[in-house]
Amino acid sequence: MIKESLLNPVDVAYRETVRAGDYWMKVVKAGQTIRIVDSEGNQAADTLFYSAANPAERYSAVDTIREQGNVYLTTGSVLMTNEGHPMLEIVADTCGRHDTLGGACATESNQVRYDLGKKHMHACRDSWLLAVTENPEFGMSKRDITHNINFFMNVPITADGGLSFADGISAPGKYVELKALMDVIVLISNCPQLNNPCNAYNPTPVDVLVWN
Amino acid sequence: MAELLYEDALPGGSHWSMVMPAGSLLKITDVEGGANVGMLFYNPRNLLERYNAPDTLKCQHTFKLTTGHCLYSDMGRIFCSVIQDDTGWIDTVAGTTNKAKIAARWGDRDYQHERNLWKQNGYDSFLVEVAKYGLGARDLAANLNLFSKVFTDDEGNLQFAEGHSQAGNTITLRFEMETLVVFNTCPHPMNPAADYPRKPIQYGVYKADPVAADDICRMSRPENGRGFENTRRYVCCAGH
Repeated sequence: MIKESLLNPVDVAYRETVRAGDYWMKVVKAGQTIRIVDSEGNQAADTLFYSAANPAERYSAVDTIREQGNVYLTTGSVLMTNEGHPMLEIVADTCGRHDTLGGACATESNQVRYDLGKKHMHACRDSWLLAVTENPEFGMSKRDITHNINFFMNVPITADGGLSFADGISAPGKYVELKALMDVIVLISNCPQLNNPCNAYNPTPVDVLVWN
Repeated sequence: MAELLYEDALPGGSHWSMVMPAGSLLKITDVEGGANVGMLFYNPRNLLERYNAPDTLKCQHTFKLTTGHCLYSDMGRIFCSVIQDDTGWIDTVAGTTNKAKIAARWGDRDYQHERNLWKQNGYDSFLVEVAKYGLGARDLAANLNLFSKVFTDDEGNLQFAEGHSQAGNTITLRFEMETLVVFNTCPHPMNPAADYPRKPIQYGVYKADPVAADDICRMSRPENGRGFENTRRYVCCAGH
């Protein structure tokens, strides 16, 4: 559901531009609101969330879609943990639909999807692995790289149980905004994918804004 | 028919795990109809390699899993292929039950009074089994639900298909690499049954015939041809 935010970027506590192919890993406190902006359009922000108090408790795509009874995420979706607790709520969304089935690209999955020779190309899971390694204070490793949200991606299910990769429904400046219901570690890979027509083979920056 | 190595059974609401060698078959039978088998896969030689539902769905452009599909690890390899599925639809997006969910739907898990008829849940079952290999909650992933169908409407609303699997339906997985299989017979988390569904399964382990050049899983998509080649490269180097 399209819903515009009432928050004003003038009042942000924090703002950063994340270039394509980079990661962003920070704690967002309970009560804070994080906005991710698709600055130039048709980009994918591959995002994982963890409880800052106990990173073994983390965003669970399957618990989220089952408990809300719908596979797509938008305004009103409550993101659930693997322990069944509400973690964040999407409070504004000018895109209308976000994917949580398709997962994140990896060098290995690029080989399967596109070509065996693609293994040298940068991928989201490389960014996450670098992030958990460069931020040892969170105590995380490959074990914690799980099933994510793809903000701004549109992956509709067909009537016969197929999965299609539709053109993006996002556009420059569209955003999604989430209110944290617990202290969460947010780990974004701003997708570097160069093999997918969804982004016109042109990965672009996203902006991250946080309000208190 | 492939050579039978052994047969066994598991009552409803129970869990087990085993290592399947490359080139083996696991044929599972829904004895009474309405069974659910929650299942996860790991590489026993590198437990950080595990079943990845999103990669599996995305690379085969599918929301459902059935005959002809391959079940992928997060490392671009194929743990196993679905070479036969009487039910036509295996769920891998609805997850599993936990203690609170079982209690809310069907009552407390109470071993004190119910003994082996306690209302076991899928999450605790997975935890117990993966702990046998040194793993924990951080290692659980989106699981398969064999014999269960969850489908969507145009708006993406999820529905559980009641009566999906019939008594005697079977599903056969062929393992393309050595795989730790963790499974339980706890109810599907969207099962609306009034009483805790306690459905047994039987299973047989067989030696698989060599994968033919025109194999249904290898040929079902060009992606799977590359998945088979990735797996071949790993198996030939790993000394299996």
